[in-house]
Amino acid sequence: MHGRPRKAPTEEEQEASVVKGAKLRSIQAKFFQFHHTNTYTKEALEVNAKLLEMNPEFITGWNYRKLAVQYHLEAAQSDEDSIKSILDEELKVVESALMTNFKSYGAWHHRKWVLNMGHSSTDRELFLLKKFQKLDARNFHAWNYRRFVTALKNIPDEEELQYTTDMIYENFSNYSAWHNRSVLLSRLLKEEVEGYYPKEKVLTEEFEFVRNALFTDPDDQSGWFYHLWLLDQTVKLEHLLVSSWPPNGSNVNVSDYCALSPSLSSISRTLPLILCFSEAVGGINSSTVSVVCESNMDSNLTWTPISVDKSGFARTWLTYLTFSSEPMHPSRNYLVKVSIANSEGIISSAGFCCSNPSHMAFTVCLPSSNTEFDEGPDIERIDWSEENFSSNQLHSENLGLINSFNELTISGGNKKTYETNAKIIADEIAYCRELLSEMDCKIGKLTLARLLLAYDALSSASRGVQDQNMFQYKEILELYHDLMKLDPPHFQYYKDQYSLVFLKQELANEESLLKYCYQYRDSTSLSNNSLCLCLRGLSLSQIGCIEQLLWVQMLDLSNNGIRSIEGLESLQLLCCLNLSNNKICSFSALEPLRLLKSLKVLDISHNEIGAHPIDTRRYLCASPLSHASDWKREEFVVSGPEMTIYWDAFSIFSGLNLRQLSVTGNPIADKKFKLFLCKLLPAMKWLDDEKLR
Amino acid sequence: MDEAMSYPQIEPANFDLIVIGTGLPESILAAAASSSGKTVLHLDPNPYYGSHFASLHLHDFTEFLQTHSLPSAPETQPSSSGEFNVLPLTTSPVYSSIETSVFSPEILQKSNQFNLDLAGPRVLFCADKMIDLFLKTEINHSMEFKSVDASFICEGEEGNLRNVPDSRSAIFKDKSLSFTEKNQLMRFFKLVQDHFGDGSGEESKKISEEDLKSPFVEFLSRKIGLSQKLKSIILYAISMAHYEQDNLEVCKDVLKTKDGIDLLILYHKSGGRFPNAPGAMIYPLYGQGELLQAFCRRAAVKGSIYVLRMPVVGLLADKEVGNYKGVKLLSGQELFSHKLILAPSFILPSGFAPSYLYPEPDGGHDFGLLDEKVKVVRGICITKSSLKLDVANCLVFFPPRSLFAEQMTSVRVFQLSSNVAACPSGMFVVYLSTLCKDVGQGKKMVNEAMNALFSIPISGKPEENSTDSHGENTVLRLKPSLLWSTVYIQELTMGAFGCVSSTFMPDGNLQYNNLLDATTKLFHKMYPNEEFFPEATSSIEVAEDGAFEQLDS
Repeated sequence: MHGRPRKAPTEEEQEASVVKGAKLRSIQAKFFQFHHTNTYTKEALEVNAKLLEMNPEFITGWNYRKLAVQYHLEAAQSDEDSIKSILDEELKVVESALMTNFKSYGAWHHRKWVLNMGHSSTDRELFLLKKFQKLDARNFHAWNYRRFVTALKNIPDEEELQYTTDMIYENFSNYSAWHNRSVLLSRLLKEEVEGYYPKEKVLTEEFEFVRNALFTDPDDQSGWFYHLWLLDQTVKLEHLLVSSWPPNGSNVNVSDYCALSPSLSSISRTLPLILCFSEAVGGINSSTVSVVCESNMDSNLTWTPISVDKSGFARTWLTYLTFSSEPMHPSRNYLVKVSIANSEGIISSAGFCCSNPSHMAFTVCLPSSNTEFDEGPDIERIDWSEENFSSNQLHSENLGLINSFNELTISGGNKKTYETNAKIIADEIAYCRELLSEMDCKIGKLTLARLLLAYDALSSASRGVQDQNMFQYKEILELYHDLMKLDPPHFQYYKDQYSLVFLKQELANEESLLKYCYQYRDSTSLSNNSLCLCLRGLSLSQIGCIEQLLWVQMLDLSNNGIRSIEGLESLQLLCCLNLSNNKICSFSALEPLRLLKSLKVLDISHNEIGAHPIDTRRYLCASPLSHASDWKREEFVVSGPEMTIYWDAFSIFSGLNLRQLSVTGNPIADKKFKLFLCKLLPAMKWLDDEKLR
Repeated sequence: MDEAMSYPQIEPANFDLIVIGTGLPESILAAAASSSGKTVLHLDPNPYYGSHFASLHLHDFTEFLQTHSLPSAPETQPSSSGEFNVLPLTTSPVYSSIETSVFSPEILQKSNQFNLDLAGPRVLFCADKMIDLFLKTEINHSMEFKSVDASFICEGEEGNLRNVPDSRSAIFKDKSLSFTEKNQLMRFFKLVQDHFGDGSGEESKKISEEDLKSPFVEFLSRKIGLSQKLKSIILYAISMAHYEQDNLEVCKDVLKTKDGIDLLILYHKSGGRFPNAPGAMIYPLYGQGELLQAFCRRAAVKGSIYVLRMPVVGLLADKEVGNYKGVKLLSGQELFSHKLILAPSFILPSGFAPSYLYPEPDGGHDFGLLDEKVKVVRGICITKSSLKLDVANCLVFFPPRSLFAEQMTSVRVFQLSSNVAACPSGMFVVYLSTLCKDVGQGKKMVNEAMNALFSIPISGKPEENSTDSHGENTVLRLKPSLLWSTVYIQELTMGAFGCVSSTFMPDGNLQYNNLLDATTKLFHKMYPNEEFFPEATSSIEVAEDGAFEQLDS
């Protein structure tokens, strides 16, 4: 069925198709007559059957049959025999339609519909499937239907698994068979069916099974896909890591962070509390996370997820601690204790429930009086030039604040399991190296890189400590580097992976992180902590390792190859961001900025915004309709023709309170656009290098 | 001469071509000549078709071997009748050293339920020239085939059969190859496929001319870097080399890379040629004899006259010049033709010296005819159980030196079951063959192979590894027990072209390609201006168990 060249139709074939077309049209006309008059006589049904046999793709024809069946079933009342004969006739019609085209959606659907009524025997179904799967072993319609039938007939998963084995033995280039295998195994493993426990044993056997495919024909991708699924099953961590801001054991001066409070220039006794998990979680609320402070503090907190997925889960959750304005001992530090997973209810996106709580604490220093936060009338422009940053003035008290390395682990999985799985991965690494020593193989290199990363994650999990140094990171980077050269069509993917691994290595360890920390020349009123994380010129294409960077208020990502800033929304303290000289090509790519309510200074100059007339991302994620809920009519302060052109810029900037923005060097940044920005952002003081009135 | 009276008179008495013997080459030639509009008379002294290519009942089989192991006494003396000299036609023995053992006499009662091939083991590749010819001549309509289920390689005397990883899925399934070996073998297969690519492939994917001329074994180790195990599999079980290739100085028949990969590609093309034949090889129902009968039917349809049970006693020669004129039958009738073809066992009367022997010396190498001293050893075993559980029809290869150190040629084994009507149900017929120069050596190879595969009921002392007599070593495979066996030597002969031509004995190969080539050559020598079967194409029927029924059944 695959890889057969298409032949141009001969003259006879063309003639035949003209004749067939005419015949089809005449039957179709007859059929529509019956359909429009709701005629369900024997003759009408026969015409319909003939039509569907000729053209099984005709959905209206199938719908008509469903109406006809319902009509006749009503008439048949509960006479079991006539019900059966009505439905059997349907099965026959479907069968002959499938003979014409066994990839007809309508026909398969109709068959399911009939069988779901439960009056027909299912004996014939497997027999039919055997034939269709013999004609084309990869036909996903048949595989799909097979899952339906096996569920209907209660065929045990073990039996079906054997069937996939047989099909794979016949020809292992069969995505459908591998896929069904993964579906069945997931169930068998979850239910711990006899013979499919422990999971590690099954995984080892499956790795060995698929290894035969990988070695026999490394160019065939179906086996690699299954391998990737297995890897995913092996490396799945059954525990969550969490990092926080303020970090565990730190001491925070609340007044330093008053600018970050949700309602600007209100009382200055508010402090954000941020939790960042290793994967998206749900169920963070005041009962699952308890926060206790010696001082008077409202403990009924509202937790907000940052960037939720479909099920409402998020990696990062935010709340604000509000301390009572009662005068306290100003010099005293107050202890805040946080217990995560205090009660059950936190669920990870992998479906794993956290029950073991973990605890952390930090101290806060409250301001003596209610100093109103004042922006000051004349703020200096942030100048990102290198000479304004120095590396030798790091204050020791700052170190405590950037130290989010004491990650907390909640609901630790079984360390022994991690050890076993790390061993499985180590074996796979050895085999992968063996294969690569035989031949150059792109997907083999990619898999090796993934395996090395997985091994790292598992071995550190098995030791129970988050090892900050990756063992084989140099080799992983080399592999991605090779792949960029070997496989130019997927360059960007490798580049992104490279960036993530690079950042993980450089930022996950305190010592090397400090190499990237610089002091801005003077403290500004924007942030007391004028420490800037400077990741300039590292040819990054993507930002990662976010959980280590929750403290960052000033971030310089300029002179990289960044296209996406996904994940940046977790940096809730961020006020100054330099993205100049990157490869951002649309405002839609800046989507995460919408969630950074503290952002005051933004430099997106010298990117590619507006360079590509058709922004494909724009249709994928950002459109006025997709944000319908948070768009309010009155928000359209700026109206007129600019809105229709710049709506995506509007959607990013309208919720922000920027004071300084640089857009120069983007194709979109003409005079008209700048005027639009001035209207949109009335509080803005600097646009490009110009001071606004 | 009462007996002579019972022979029918043949009308007319003049033909373009008379063919004596109904072996495969003779039958193809009769069909080809009649397709080209020649009048053909096809005679056979036996009551059945096939001569040395026949499939016979057990009783007829042993009788045929016996008859042709002795020189025949001339039925007539040189004489002259009218204007012609009559040269007596005699046969030379082509079988020798026949050793038959009956372990289970009741099997002889079922003689009629066997169809034993005289020229076994032999298989058809789905993509070989023979199948192409079937399709071209449409004779396949009268035949049905079964797939050969598996092919094994047997190394060591234990008789352990390992699957031959001959396809992508077989490599995937294989349990005895290491992962790296799987990778190497599949890459080699791909390299060969790329070489035979659709022509659009880059030149760099082609194997160089120089490599094609080099010995295959060197190409495999030097260029491809395959392990000894993989080399052995490719050389002897896939490319089917006869002689040991490892020692190039002493090897009589060095397989060239070109020939090696030609066979490999035949294997691969065969693998998916017919959707209902899962394997690369097929075998005709009722035996090899069916193939030649199909050609005879085709010849008869085109007007050839067939007379079986009709011995020919002498050839008629022109008195003055000595030219061939016709034949004299046992019935005394004289028939005339322009040309005559004789089956290989007939001795060409000295008066008709051939002008040309074929295959030519260099072609003789393909034909397994390295020198005239080479013979084929054939063996047949009948058993009650299969060599491998759940496998009906299969091939087994014993590479050189796998049985004993002096074994210089590869021994091929072919098991057939009752599903091809080779034997009564519940039994299996196993053919063995190898080439040899020394009869004793040759028989030793076949006997050792039989020892490795079967347990022989009345052997004097139990073999060290045989498991039948002591049940203690249950880990070992239980070897099938022999019911009946025979081992015989078959001569290899050259074909001859002249005013009287003669065909050749079945060669030592597993497939038909060289036989067909030689037959085609003879036809073109005889009829230089005629096409070898005009065009016509159809598809082939391969029956399989649980054949695809109609969907509306």
